[in-house]
Amino acid sequence: MSQMHQQTAGAGTCPGCEEPLEAGDLFCGACGYDLSAQPAAPDDRPTIAMNGSPSAPPTAPPTAPPPAASPAASSPWPVAPDADSSDMPVPAHLPTDLPGTDSAGGELSPNAHVNASPNANVNSTANPNANAGETPDVRTDAPFEQPAGPSAGPSAGPSAEPDEYPLPAPGARPEPEPADPRTVLTDPTPPAGTKLCVACRSGRVDPDGYCENCGHAQPRERDHMEQELDAVAAVSDRGLRHHRNEDAFAISSAALPDGSPAVVAIVCDGVSSATRPDEASLAASRAASESLLDALPRGTHPQQAMHDAILSASDAVNALAAEPTQAREHTPHQNAPACTLVGSIVAGGLLVVGWIGDSRAYWVPDDRSGPTVRLTEDDSWAAQMVAAGLMNEAEAYADERAHAITGWLGADAYELEPHTASFKPDRAGVVVVCTDGLWNYAESAEEMARAVPADSALRPLHSAQVLVGHALDGGGHDNVTVAILPFRVVPQGAGSA
Amino acid sequence: MANFSKSNVPQFSVDVYQNEYLPEGGREVNAIATVTSTGGGTVGSAVSAPHLYSAGQTPDAAVAIMVDCSGSMDYPPTKMRGARDATAAAIDAVRDGVHFAVIGGTHVAKEVYPGDGRLAVAGSQTRAQAKQALRKLSAGGGTAIGTWLRLVDRLLSSADVSIRHGIVLTDGRNEHESAEDLQASLDACAGRFTCDARGVGTDWEVKEVTSIASALLGTADIVADPAGLSADFTQMMEAAMGKEVADVSLRLWTPMGAEIKFVKQVAPTVEELTDRRTEAGPRAGDYPTGSWGDESRDYHICVEVPNAELGQEMLAARVSLIVPQPDGSAQTLSQGLVRAVWTDDMAASTSINPQVAHYTGQAELAQVIQQGLDARKSGDMDGATAKLGRAVQLASASGNEDTAKLLSKVVDVVDAVAGTVRLKARVAEADEMTLETRSTKTVRVKK
Repeated sequence: MSQMHQQTAGAGTCPGCEEPLEAGDLFCGACGYDLSAQPAAPDDRPTIAMNGSPSAPPTAPPTAPPPAASPAASSPWPVAPDADSSDMPVPAHLPTDLPGTDSAGGELSPNAHVNASPNANVNSTANPNANAGETPDVRTDAPFEQPAGPSAGPSAGPSAEPDEYPLPAPGARPEPEPADPRTVLTDPTPPAGTKLCVACRSGRVDPDGYCENCGHAQPRERDHMEQELDAVAAVSDRGLRHHRNEDAFAISSAALPDGSPAVVAIVCDGVSSATRPDEASLAASRAASESLLDALPRGTHPQQAMHDAILSASDAVNALAAEPTQAREHTPHQNAPACTLVGSIVAGGLLVVGWIGDSRAYWVPDDRSGPTVRLTEDDSWAAQMVAAGLMNEAEAYADERAHAITGWLGADAYELEPHTASFKPDRAGVVVVCTDGLWNYAESAEEMARAVPADSALRPLHSAQVLVGHALDGGGHDNVTVAILPFRVVPQGAGSA
Repeated sequence: MANFSKSNVPQFSVDVYQNEYLPEGGREVNAIATVTSTGGGTVGSAVSAPHLYSAGQTPDAAVAIMVDCSGSMDYPPTKMRGARDATAAAIDAVRDGVHFAVIGGTHVAKEVYPGDGRLAVAGSQTRAQAKQALRKLSAGGGTAIGTWLRLVDRLLSSADVSIRHGIVLTDGRNEHESAEDLQASLDACAGRFTCDARGVGTDWEVKEVTSIASALLGTADIVADPAGLSADFTQMMEAAMGKEVADVSLRLWTPMGAEIKFVKQVAPTVEELTDRRTEAGPRAGDYPTGSWGDESRDYHICVEVPNAELGQEMLAARVSLIVPQPDGSAQTLSQGLVRAVWTDDMAASTSINPQVAHYTGQAELAQVIQQGLDARKSGDMDGATAKLGRAVQLASASGNEDTAKLLSKVVDVVDAVAGTVRLKARVAEADEMTLETRSTKTVRVKK
């Protein structure tokens, strides 16, 4: 895992000229760029504009990339005040830094943050695409070539757009790339009736879930989970080294008061050093999802709703610690159950993320010429070291403490400060919501962009499967959970309807 | 105090303590299974509250007391008197309705009460008659305990009861039959009744008495002073009256390819069970545990499982408590699972479960006491010093104060933590025998 970080840190490319660098370089061999003033992995920065401005060199002082570059940008894209994370504290987008946007794309007051903005919500305008209900049209407005007419093409459905994506013929359902065997294997759940041991293939399975012959534990429900809704999909896998899956996810969709869809994905990673991490992640993901499904239809601003959902999840995990479990009384050194949480909401043209811990969300535009960015900032030792200016990213992530998390949900957590952020992308793309089981194998935004299939927006489930397969191929050292949340741009004029 | 709310049907529970995490390539799984039986009538409750048994519900037990009547019992005469008084006290502790008999043992076994190959049913009249009969007991003859046990087996099997228990008291060596004869008798009686064994005075052989108790799943102890016999007999009989379920076995299932390294009871005393296995179906075997009242016992199970890959989980053993049913099947009272999980987390796989560590130490404690005393008897003073020093160290570290106290009567403790001791020049025989007899007593993990 640590070599992944070293790779990104030591063998990146020059931020000035894109020339490959060698580990230990202080200056770029090609252009002489002063690398000491710059993190070696410029592409993996948590928060930069997503408006598709042609790769602004990260050296630039954090001026907002020109929003005008994109015709679709109807509101200025918030930029972190300090997008450079070299030696200075890392510029996380704090919720308070970000001007939220209302659902119509209007700009909120710069001071409007989570707590101040709940009223600026999503009910004033009808989204013209809302008639699609919870099945957003899979068309994207960022094709490789400008199509002749935005809606002139066949409008029958996802499969009817062969001219925009290099996809195989509809209906044929070929696998464009070799699917990970695990995703294929588990796609149809094994028939329940057989109950033959998966390990020795001869013993029957006893009611405890072990083979009566060879004793091997049988796959459990949570070992591999997949779920797909119309506009979101998620896959979770135990991985190759852990004996159980302590990750959990919840995906759901709701309707905003104006009838437009709101799609939610929550991903949680149980903290292994705590007691019952699997229960913690399950409780947190469910509580957060329920909270959002309750708040969003009532018109709560998505960012506020996300904030509240994290608090609900926290309550749910805290409640586990209080639960008297006599069977576990004997276990010494009990730790309060704990987990991380990352969630994303796509609603009304907004993209909202919220998180606690080191699970992440990435923005991956369909058109990869735009920048892929990490939307979250880990609550981790490494991130804190970098943020405090004590280490650069390379050093911090090379340290064995790098992955120690500094924020989590659980009764023994320090003061809980949910991080939330709102974005208004100007182009179509997907949000990859994932645990470290995935990003350990695609840490930088660049790597993540490469790992995400090109047709993610069209086939979110397949895309999540591929990403889980990516992590398993890399070694599968941890539980892997990935949710893919496609984002569609609300066409201009939506606000005037 | 009797707990009136308890039902007479005991509830068994099995709790497993283990570190299930194995490193890559690791195969040995250790676990402590704590078996607790509750609700079987608190120990002695039947004595203090016999009315708990409603009319028509006769206690389901038969007991027999075997009193050594060999010639040596008259030297000193307090021994015979003490044995007589103790037997009377034990008879008082037999609850109404229980079948009982008294045997006088020499080189042959004689029925003292009621006679004619029968058992008496306890009541005020039979108890008085039995105590009257004790006056006839006189010392004279040899010692052949095997013959006593065989007679008791015949008597106890004549009653249609589930709990069968014996108490044997001896004061000397089993001189009038061969060790093989005694062993043959023990083999014949094992599983047919349980038996406590007591040695009175200091002229008996510790290993003989402990082997009787071990084979017949009872307790062994020394009563150096005959005056202490009555209290001990009363306590033993009350414990016997508290038993509710007999013939309980520990059934161990292990996966294919697994090897059972050992199975031992580790609390309240260390008792090796590994070789007492009887096969019970595919990959399962039964280990006898005797009869149970309200009590809790701990078992240390060590299994070597086939290797599996990292991230895999395996059931290393299933521990269940079973009682045989009349139809030949077995009723499972409770069960616990011993797991193996392979991980690359070194912190997880290298830690030792505190219960396992504790009982590993307690088993070693019993062993080094035995070895130390054997070395001392054979004149190997250096070996004895080393072993008993280790014993002092273990007893001190684990908080086994009773054993530490017994050890301090045999050695002078210089430094308990380091295990530095000097052998005492003069050791009372009773002290040495007490230490040997009680060396297997363990203490539980300090919570």
